[in-house]
Amino acid sequence: MDHLEVLESQSMFILREAYRSFGDLVMLWSIGKDSTVLLWLARKAFFGHVPIPLMHIDTTFKVPAMIEYRDRFAKQWKINMIVGKNEEVLESKETFPDGKTNRLQCCASLKSEALKHTLSGDWPRWVLNHKSGEYEKQLNGKPFTGVIVGARADEEGSRSKERYFSPRDRHNDWDVADQPPELWNQFKTDFAPGTHVRVHPLLDWTELNIWEYIERENIPIIDLYFDNGEGKRYRSLGCYPCTSSVDSTAKNVREVIAELRGGKFANIAERSGREQDKEDGSGLETLRRDGYM
Amino acid sequence: MSQVEEKNIKSEKTSSEQMNIVVIGHVDHGKSTVVGRLLADTGSLPEGKLEDVKERCKRNSKPFEYAFLLDALKDEQAQGITIDSARCFFRSAKREYIIIDAPGHIEFLKNMISGAARAEAAMLVIDAHEGVQENSRRHGYMLSMLGVKQVVVLVNKMDLVDYSQTVFDSIKEEYLAFLKEIDIEPMSFIPVSAREGVNIVSVSKKMSWHDGLSTLEALDSFVKEASPVDQPFRFPVQDIYKFTEQGDDRRIFAGRIETGTINVGDEVVFLPSEKKSRISSIEGFNVAEQSQAFAGQSTGFTLAEQIYVKPGEMMCKVDDTLPITSTHLKVNIFWMARQPMIKGKKYKIKLAGTRVPVWLRDVVTVLDASDLTTDSNRQQIERHDIAECVLETLKPLAFDITQNIAQTGRFVIIDNYEIAGGGVVLDEVYIPTSRIERRVQQRENNWQRSRITPKMRSSRYNQRSTLVLITGAAGDGKENLAKALEEDLFESKRMVYYLGISNSLLGIEDNIDESGERDESLRRLGEVSHLFTDAGLILITTIDDLDDFELEMINTLNRPNDCRVVNIGANQFTKATVDLQVDNLDSQKEAIKKIKDLLAEKKYIVDYSI
Repeated sequence: MDHLEVLESQSMFILREAYRSFGDLVMLWSIGKDSTVLLWLARKAFFGHVPIPLMHIDTTFKVPAMIEYRDRFAKQWKINMIVGKNEEVLESKETFPDGKTNRLQCCASLKSEALKHTLSGDWPRWVLNHKSGEYEKQLNGKPFTGVIVGARADEEGSRSKERYFSPRDRHNDWDVADQPPELWNQFKTDFAPGTHVRVHPLLDWTELNIWEYIERENIPIIDLYFDNGEGKRYRSLGCYPCTSSVDSTAKNVREVIAELRGGKFANIAERSGREQDKEDGSGLETLRRDGYM
Repeated sequence: MSQVEEKNIKSEKTSSEQMNIVVIGHVDHGKSTVVGRLLADTGSLPEGKLEDVKERCKRNSKPFEYAFLLDALKDEQAQGITIDSARCFFRSAKREYIIIDAPGHIEFLKNMISGAARAEAAMLVIDAHEGVQENSRRHGYMLSMLGVKQVVVLVNKMDLVDYSQTVFDSIKEEYLAFLKEIDIEPMSFIPVSAREGVNIVSVSKKMSWHDGLSTLEALDSFVKEASPVDQPFRFPVQDIYKFTEQGDDRRIFAGRIETGTINVGDEVVFLPSEKKSRISSIEGFNVAEQSQAFAGQSTGFTLAEQIYVKPGEMMCKVDDTLPITSTHLKVNIFWMARQPMIKGKKYKIKLAGTRVPVWLRDVVTVLDASDLTTDSNRQQIERHDIAECVLETLKPLAFDITQNIAQTGRFVIIDNYEIAGGGVVLDEVYIPTSRIERRVQQRENNWQRSRITPKMRSSRYNQRSTLVLITGAAGDGKENLAKALEEDLFESKRMVYYLGISNSLLGIEDNIDESGERDESLRRLGEVSHLFTDAGLILITTIDDLDDFELEMINTLNRPNDCRVVNIGANQFTKATVDLQVDNLDSQKEAIKKIKDLLAEKKYIVDYSI
């Protein structure tokens, strides 16, 4: 088995272990390359099906093409699609793009807060109706106790310390100093009522591995990652006010891989275009301790 | 694509090998510094990272350390120690590495173990100035137990001892002697100074007396272990899928092949149930049709003959050496929880795909891994102890001795939702009576008998008591049958009771099954049915998907009273004898008549006239 086959097999094993162990499981889909690979791996693990609902937290500051792409594949692959958002903050415009708060606070309310309350079901969810093709508002949803996330250890320091199965307490807190042991392929699959778990099937994958796998499997990936002739492309997708594109002429998966392997991005961190990480020296760890994915 | 980039792709080695390495050793011996140096000096850090960290140190008036490149958590930088294992990625000319930087502080031993359990090889770091310390030994021992065989020892901080060969040699001698006791043969000892970058990526002239490899060269000399495709076939069933709602009729046995190879058409046996079938197809998504699958693959199979098997069973090839099936295991355990492991308390064992209740039956010896002293008078296992002991499970499970097949010879113990211990199987233990049998023995010895004998009850009630157990695949019909049977017998003046134990209570849902609740409910059912039958009644109950072991347990608990099994539909037992087989419930009346015939024939209802 080559290294991609090894990574694939381990991720499938983790997905199946999560599916076996937790009743109320959901998978986050940010529309980006990592969670799209994760979605593909779910189809691998479950023989073409996606028996786990997918959740997207819409900050409404996403590039419109992302929403179009999301709905196209949600319909094509018959995905149980759930969308959540922070209606209150969006209404009062307490956001960074509206100039009323800083980047970190904006991330915390539009992403972390929205995620927390959409997961617990105390905020409304918008669920895709496959018959009408429309999203329908749903109240009083059942809380999800297991969340599958596409985080990778190579992205950033605090993610390098994650477990495949990572517990979060009642307040969503991550106790980084006291994580459960993970031995061989035995993970923490037992959880006290009230707590929940985050599952990270992609921890061992690097950015390069993700692209190599997209190429090998021919996974349809959103074209914001490629240069459309203007010499610019996104390397990491987020909200447009806080995510900058990079100068690159990579027009397809092969050319992206070339850039990462030995080309211009071989030694430049992927999240270097994400402004919120820089805000207090450990911006992402602060966000992550409080529920950011 | 430009000419230059084209060339880049071709010259770049597309390494397809990835290796997990763990860096271990006593606290403050410089593990994170070694890894930080390795990343920095091989140019593996993202652009600007080194400058960023240096800048931050300057701002906070702290001297820069390479360890800060890894100790990413705020608490770690504040305390200057590694709290949790970090994964770092880097590439040498030979292959890709995931380096796991493990913490050295005893408080974080479970994190070190989590890191080491993922590793294929290890770098063990010893401080030249402090010499071999408690955790140098403890970590070394953990490696041997976790099955990490390839080890390189780095004697670090050589700059603090003036690069002295004498110091290096004496540490080497002392630690070699220790490693010999625990059966580890290190590939090499390397004197290094991580802080100064000496002997990290290349051999330095600073210590001309060292004629061995640099750290990076030593990493590249580790050998990738071959996939265990030639060992006996072991496939723990992770789950059984049927996506009927999505219009998919395949019934797929999903899991990962731990060892061995299998082909379409091979005859397989599931353990511990001993059910047999044949591989009909190998399933996958977005892959070419396969006729063979092998160790390491997460895959799925359909079977030629449909059988009822639960997740957690081990699928093996009929012609292979089969695993052991037993309720008693002799094991080596390391305990990580603050609460000790004690006798008489119910834990859960997770071994391969199995999750079942387990008890600590006997502690043989306890080892202190920091100095290899043993204690054979211990009754319980404390945190950080390594103990040879005997475990007893509620149900038989299939496993291998770790020396033969490591993948299916290791396990973890769950205490109160947490992974509290881990271990490896040394052997099976033969113990003639099961836990349930001993319990029943004890119960019978202590039972207070009145002057009313079973015979007196029997003649008063004009019947002999028995449990009538109606089994078969899940589906309605059985409960209605049981109720109708009760009514029929009641009308003919029998002392009869229908125990309507809800099948959802005995649920076959994974979660309930895996937490051991089904077993516990069945155990209670066995005890309750013993009371009813002892009181002289005919007790009727139904249980979905009963297996051999469960029936045996109920039978044992109900002893010395009788139990008659009426099976509806496909017979899911491999060994147990069914007293009455009813193929379908098309006619309930017919089924009731058959059951009454059986009861008459076996003389439970004597005056029943046919």
